[in-house]
Amino acid sequence: MKELFPAKQVMGFVFSLILTVIALLVYYTDMSFAVGMTILLVTAFIQAFLQLVVFMHAGESKEGTAIYTNILYGVIIAVVTVFGSLLILIWDM
Amino acid sequence: MEFFQRFAIPHPSPAIYASMVAIALVSIAIVVGLTYFKKWGYLWHEWFTTVDHKKIGIMYLISALLMLFRGGADAIMMRAQLATPEAKLLDAQHYNEIFTTHGVVMILFMAMPFIFAFMNLIVPLQIGARDVAFPRLNALSFWLFFAGAMLFNISFVIGGSPDAGWTSYFPLAGNDFSTSVGTNYYMLAIQISGIGSLMTGINFCTTILKMRAPGMTLMKMPMFTWSAFIANIIVVFAFPVLTVALLMGTADRLFGANFFTTANGGMDMLWANFFWVWGHPEVYILILPAFGLYSEIISTFSGRNLYGYKSMVWSMVLISLLSFLVWTHHFFTMGQGALTNSIFSITTMAIAVPTGVKIFNWLFTMWKGKIRFTVPMLYSIGFIPLFTIGGVTGVMLAMSAADYQYHNTMFLVAHFHNTIIPGVVFAMLAGLTYYWPKFFGFILNEKIGKLTFWLLTVGFVLAFFPMYITGLDGQARRMYTYSEATGFGPLNMVSFVGAALMAIGFVTIVYNIYYSFKNSPRNIGSDPWDARSLEWATHTPVPEYNFARVPQISSSQTFWDSKKNGHALFKGEIEDIHMPNKSGVPFVMGIIFFIVGFSFVFALWVPAVIALIGVFVCMTLRSFEQDHGYHIHVKEIKETEAKYGEVLNSEDRPRTTTRV
Repeated sequence: MKELFPAKQVMGFVFSLILTVIALLVYYTDMSFAVGMTILLVTAFIQAFLQLVVFMHAGESKEGTAIYTNILYGVIIAVVTVFGSLLILIWDM
Repeated sequence: MEFFQRFAIPHPSPAIYASMVAIALVSIAIVVGLTYFKKWGYLWHEWFTTVDHKKIGIMYLISALLMLFRGGADAIMMRAQLATPEAKLLDAQHYNEIFTTHGVVMILFMAMPFIFAFMNLIVPLQIGARDVAFPRLNALSFWLFFAGAMLFNISFVIGGSPDAGWTSYFPLAGNDFSTSVGTNYYMLAIQISGIGSLMTGINFCTTILKMRAPGMTLMKMPMFTWSAFIANIIVVFAFPVLTVALLMGTADRLFGANFFTTANGGMDMLWANFFWVWGHPEVYILILPAFGLYSEIISTFSGRNLYGYKSMVWSMVLISLLSFLVWTHHFFTMGQGALTNSIFSITTMAIAVPTGVKIFNWLFTMWKGKIRFTVPMLYSIGFIPLFTIGGVTGVMLAMSAADYQYHNTMFLVAHFHNTIIPGVVFAMLAGLTYYWPKFFGFILNEKIGKLTFWLLTVGFVLAFFPMYITGLDGQARRMYTYSEATGFGPLNMVSFVGAALMAIGFVTIVYNIYYSFKNSPRNIGSDPWDARSLEWATHTPVPEYNFARVPQISSSQTFWDSKKNGHALFKGEIEDIHMPNKSGVPFVMGIIFFIVGFSFVFALWVPAVIALIGVFVCMTLRSFEQDHGYHIHVKEIKETEAKYGEVLNSEDRPRTTTRV
């Protein structure tokens, strides 16, 4: 019976609910923009990773490495694009 | 009547009216001709509904050639206008429209379909697959591209062409400064064909990762397949940026959004930023498959395997990453600080390193090789020095401080034509000549081909090298005329002569196809060039299932091994082959997308909404469709194979190699 119980998924579900609640608190409590934004960004990235690993089963098939390489490549390009744009248009303009 | 006034041309001229009449007459002639010769059924069953990668590739090829002539006509008009000071051939507005459409047509509707044509034709054959991973999606990609291309091309007779440059910078491209529907055409047409490109990217990444023949590890893939793979990865990562930017631009123009305006918190520079986040990787999407074609051709006609296979692969991987790190070099003068410009200067110069590695690898492939000077090889040999000059001027432009001098001058125009024409256009023509026999069963005439090559090369040098000089002297790009006192006149006349030679060169290609169709011998066997990679290991023309038996791979030039080193390419018995069914849905969706695009351009919301619903209906129907494909049975395969009258085997393959 123990093997049949999807402990990982249930834990993941509970954890994703907790993350959502934390993110919601930013709206309901009074805090500075910087703090609120930091909380939102951190919870968002953990949430996305959680969904990918637990519910979208990244890494469970034999193409696991390919999937993570792909995600890493995507993240690098996204980060470069976002921070590059910020550098060009705001920080160094 | 008032309703129809929106379709009128804002800046009419006799030339445009003449084109309208010509388009109408040609369309009528095509319809009448097809009906008279009873070809509608043939067209529908063999081409419009096909999901065969070879036929889709040929349709891409024909579209690309058509667009080459459309863009070429624009080019020759521009050069004619600039040939003499203060010429009156075109006015400022028409000149703006022509350089805009020239850029868009050449990059997005000529070069892109050309590389997609070669990917479609070659990649499944090179990896020993029956088709691409998602054949119907592939057809949809083509029809979306075609719908986008046609939407863009009707702009100059209905409603007016876009006139804000192929980069379409805001605020110029906003409603305040671009009042005609031209820029709407730009946004919608590129959006539609861009969705097609993105699907092609996903399709080919999957195909190359999942459908390689047994034994073909990643590092045993032929070089063209590698280049197509890397290019498609860039497509998948770069095109979404364009999609979003175009969506925001469309929202600005049609729905009064303020993403790129100069008021209400909008930022016009953001468009330039987004455009080049996509735009710079885009040039590598074009050049990498071209590099792949050159690799195949140089190794075949040097009679040697490709020098430095691994370094070729790694340099392409590095180029793909670096291509995302350099976009700011397109707008060094926009106003950002020295720090930013320095960072992007360095990343830009860094790209010269992997590119240089590739140049040396090609040179070393030819080193001590037994070179056959065929037409494809001539293009490849011409490419190396000419492209290197373009690369060197690129490094000049990469120095951000010096760029203030070059920016927006003809120097830049000379530079990027110097990389794109010998880099991409020569590769496409080399590939066209090289792969022509595989798909059409005869070789293009070598004599006329060589004439074409020399006309294009001499024409290219005459047309673009003078621009380096006038550019450094301060001739601005995109200016429709100049005064005699500037002294730009004589060099611009030389450019015009060069452009005219190139135009003649392109006409000789058409003549060559006609001449060779009439006169070339048809008994050329399946391997006319004595080539090395897998696409030559099947019959000519290629049967619909590509390979009767799945090939067994030993190295990156497994076909050469089977010819010279006794590698057994095909083993085992012929079995039933599973093939995808034809479908008319992609064609219908292409038409629906065309209607969506056209309705959005003119803000006709009722047809736009109805057509968009049509798109979702097509997608829903597909979701509920049970389509398991069909099987070609052993008996049928054996009959087809027997018809070719040659046995494809490692020992006794036909030796009808044409030595040119």
